Amino acid sequence: MWVVPTIPPALYLMLSGILFTIGVIGALTRRNAIVVFISIELMLNAVNLTFITLSRSLQSIDGVIFAFFVMAVAAAEAAVGLAIFVMLYRSKETINVDEVNLLKW
Amino acid sequence: MKIPEIDLYLIAPEIIITAFGFLVLLVDVFAPKGEKKGYLGFLGLIGVVIAFFYTIPLMGSGKTGFEGMITSDGFAVFFKITILIIAFLTLLISMGYAAREGIGFGEYYALILFATLGMMLMAAGTHLIVIFLGLETMSISIYILAGMLREDRRSAEAAFKYFLLGAFATGFLLYGIAFLYGATGSLYLKDIAAHIAAKKLFDHPMLLMSLTFLTIGFGFKIASVPFHMWTPDVYEGAPTSVTAFMATGVKAAGFSALIRVFFTALPGFRPDWTSIMWLIAVVTMTVGNIIAISQSNIKRMLAYSSIAHAGYILVAFVAGNQLGTSGILFYLMAYAFMNLGAFTCVILFGKKGEENTLVADYAGVGFKYPLLAASMTIFLLSMAGIPPLGGFMAKLYIFSAAVEAKFYWLAIFGVLNSAISVYYYLRVTVLMYFRESEREITGLQFSPAPVIALILALIGTFYMGIFPSNVLTFAQKSIAGLM
Repeated sequence: MWVVPTIPPALYLMLSGILFTIGVIGALTRRNAIVVFISIELMLNAVNLTFITLSRSLQSIDGVIFAFFVMAVAAAEAAVGLAIFVMLYRSKETINVDEVNLLKW
Repeated sequence: MKIPEIDLYLIAPEIIITAFGFLVLLVDVFAPKGEKKGYLGFLGLIGVVIAFFYTIPLMGSGKTGFEGMITSDGFAVFFKITILIIAFLTLLISMGYAAREGIGFGEYYALILFATLGMMLMAAGTHLIVIFLGLETMSISIYILAGMLREDRRSAEAAFKYFLLGAFATGFLLYGIAFLYGATGSLYLKDIAAHIAAKKLFDHPMLLMSLTFLTIGFGFKIASVPFHMWTPDVYEGAPTSVTAFMATGVKAAGFSALIRVFFTALPGFRPDWTSIMWLIAVVTMTVGNIIAISQSNIKRMLAYSSIAHAGYILVAFVAGNQLGTSGILFYLMAYAFMNLGAFTCVILFGKKGEENTLVADYAGVGFKYPLLAASMTIFLLSMAGIPPLGGFMAKLYIFSAAVEAKFYWLAIFGVLNSAISVYYYLRVTVLMYFRESEREITGLQFSPAPVIALILALIGTFYMGIFPSNVLTFAQKSIAGLM
């Protein structure tokens, strides 16, 4: 019989920290709005991983429930966000964040 | 298994707002196509008024419900009243503006109601899931509202920027919440505070990280420097009625959640967040006021002024004493009246296809439209903090709270900034009364709904300046359960 080696929660937390950092860097440096949005989703999923890890190590159900709420909200956000991208593309023919510069001081 | 007690009266205002939001959507679907749908806004107004009358009995009850996730303490009720006033005035403004700009869809009014729902939940929630859901209900509705003028490129751009930066900020806020949960094992604000106090977790690294992330996440919503970069662009591009709603409603709701989380869950970290917020308050005031001076567009100028106002409110947040906290409540209500009033003037001063939002367009308005110019002057002077208007009393309470808490330098910076701000507020007034207009502006239409909103905002601004003690006493009673 297999014995699955238990991975300590600290490693999961480190993984989610790395994922979150990748998301932040991606959101700040990428130029295509879709990629920026994917990076933001990566941040949200890193948060979900944190919640689930903590929920398991604390033996409390709250974190898992929060993760579900985050997923639902992320889905709603994606629906609205992609619609906004389409609207912008119709009027400007681009969703490159550098070229969205009509408004500036 | 114990079935949690369900007290629907506790969330009656929220239920009514939601029901009317759906009703507006339904009526919109079944209404004949192509006609002007101003009556949908009227339906929304009825909903807000009914919700208001269900909020009043909650006053002073201090009940909690839904396993302690929702509270109706004075703080929540005060913010609900402020938010409902903002929603009422916004709907009134919108009824004129939407008809003029051809935003003919019922979704507009429904989304305003849903955003109001989110704001009310942010004020009432004592559990982090509720606060998060309220925040997102509000934000997602407002992302769409900002892009409501579909033909206008600037509106699309505003929605785009607000969406990307708002979603980015949400990520930080959530990571902060996750760490808070990780360190204390609870999502109830009271339990978090109790756990921190019991275990003396005052230098727990996870909590310090959480404090940073929460500051970033809420900082975006209340538009404090250095998280303010989206504000001017979004405020300029969004439809003016939505800008007014964002500048007042989102700010009020953001502060309610910020105060609730920091004062209830993290009072043990007061020394830590005081020093961060001290710096943020000073920078926010200064940057907002100085950049506002050089603006040529009035909506951008008001955007920077709203950043500066967030800084003033943070002064009271840093002071954190009883006068300061009730001062914040007073300030947000006074700010709602004067800012909504100023944006109503901006709306009334434009017409279809000609928004007239440049500051230079205001030259000579005082001769042609004396009443409009007089109201604009009153709102601008109130924002600058000239007695006997609401803005003056609000600033007085906030700065005296800072002095009382011995943050003398903060009070000095605040007063200096307030003096700087007089320059750009008065500039518009001077243009209106002492310059000849370079360009003929004729044919402004004053539809009744925005004019009523304007009159109500004027009454509010004067009332809060001349009889401040009524509202302040109410605000002081409201924060009793919080501190």
